[in-house]
Amino acid sequence: MTAERLKPLLPAVGVAGLFVLWSVVTWQQWVDPVLLPSPIETAKALWSGLDGGAMGFDFVKTVYRTAASTAIAAVIGIPVGIALGASENVYRSLEFVIDFFRSTPASAMFPLFLVLFGVGDETKISVAAFGAALVIVFNVAYGVMNARKTRLLAAKVMGASRLRVLFDVMLLESLPQTFVGLRNGVSLALVIIVVAEMFIGSQDGLGHSVFEAQQLFDMPRMYAAIFAAGALGYGLNLLFILAERRFVHWSGK
Amino acid sequence: MNALQVLRPHTRGELTATPETVGKRPHVTIRGLSKRFGSTTIYDRFDLDIPRGELVSVFGPNGCGKSTLINMIAGLIPPDAGQILFDGRRLEEIKFGYVFQNYREALFPWLRAFDNIAYPLKMMHVDSAERRKRTEKLVAHLGVKIDLNLYPYQMSGGQQQLVSIMRALVVQPEILFLDEPFSALDYEMTLFMREQLQRIFLETGTTTVLVSHDLEEAVFLADRVLLLSRHPALVADFPLIAAARPRTDATLSDAEFVRIKAHCLEVFQREVRRA
Repeated sequence: MTAERLKPLLPAVGVAGLFVLWSVVTWQQWVDPVLLPSPIETAKALWSGLDGGAMGFDFVKTVYRTAASTAIAAVIGIPVGIALGASENVYRSLEFVIDFFRSTPASAMFPLFLVLFGVGDETKISVAAFGAALVIVFNVAYGVMNARKTRLLAAKVMGASRLRVLFDVMLLESLPQTFVGLRNGVSLALVIIVVAEMFIGSQDGLGHSVFEAQQLFDMPRMYAAIFAAGALGYGLNLLFILAERRFVHWSGK
Repeated sequence: MNALQVLRPHTRGELTATPETVGKRPHVTIRGLSKRFGSTTIYDRFDLDIPRGELVSVFGPNGCGKSTLINMIAGLIPPDAGQILFDGRRLEEIKFGYVFQNYREALFPWLRAFDNIAYPLKMMHVDSAERRKRTEKLVAHLGVKIDLNLYPYQMSGGQQQLVSIMRALVVQPEILFLDEPFSALDYEMTLFMREQLQRIFLETGTTTVLVSHDLEEAVFLADRVLLLSRHPALVADFPLIAAARPRTDATLSDAEFVRIKAHCLEVFQREVRRA
């Protein structure tokens, strides 16, 4: 009975274990303390950085860029995905082109986008949006194409027109897969944004923070920035999972 | 379309007053129906009359085209040739209901049960107040005791299939098709649902075509059992099941019922062995 009640606490075991291991390693000095600061030092750096420090600003910048690129990707990717999924012929015609660019590392597009947009935020956001949009397009199209046959037939027997079937059935059927696309899209966007902040002449953002701390050999701050980026990624994913549960209540049932 | 609805009480009266409904004007006439899948001929110039206001079960060997038949009648599969008319009218001119075997995939999980039932009315451009009214009327009429504010995935299999059946009935169909509606349910639920379907049939008197893979079910529910041969399917027999309604567990052991069921089984086995 008590064992059952303690089960929700299981995820905390892994976290606690990691901190214990990390503490032991730094305490015993198995690793050069310059390379691996103690958890407490790292936590202090994270706190001071976020609480009015530069890292708080960097965090907000990265959130803004990731959110903007994901939003653009969704606005473009969802309608294109629907159009693609609704017609087998359109899908077959464009499948290769989209799959090719989806397979191209988005980071390889940086030089091109630099030429197009310069070194400002536009480049970072547009490369991330480009990468995320392709992921979203594919997932939405896949969701629309894989709408349950019986459900489409059921709508058809009840006299639904093609357009009705698209809006009343296919779109809703594709929502769970659309959320998979959005989750993967936002993760990819964050990856691209952080990389861009490191190397594309950036003055702020978590990527810049990690890179700068490493250059200055400020290891507690570097680890703190890495953790902040990790927390951001996890939080964004969680946000989409909660949104999915709220709006796609039937998902997986 | 409207004339028929007015007529329905009379046809129902006919049914209960004279169980021998032989010689009644057919509701569905099928002439010269042909269908091939690849090199397999499922139907070759197939003819059939389905009597009005009766519940017809379709039974036959595996793969003989039971579901194909009702899917062609209901317009889900186009026939290669032939004509199917409902009182001389085409499918597009009538209202019908169709119940799928797989209720889980046939209902809309994003709509509450109530809105699932009302959905076909939306397709007929009935306004929302009227949709609510008609759906509530149907629910009250059938005496269904399910919380219709639930989503389908919150319901048991039997409840979901009952919602499917109500969705098919809400348009007041002239004809109702059911494709193995209970085969995904456990035995207890199947027995309960047979009773529900019989009750619904008695209440509405709607011409019903039911595909079944269970001979007892086919005979128990039917006014007539359509026994098909192996493909290309022919009518092996089309016996009348005269047992009075409502049929109960006692009907199952009734001498005449046992006899007709044995007869159906004999015809079925003859057709199976013919391969």
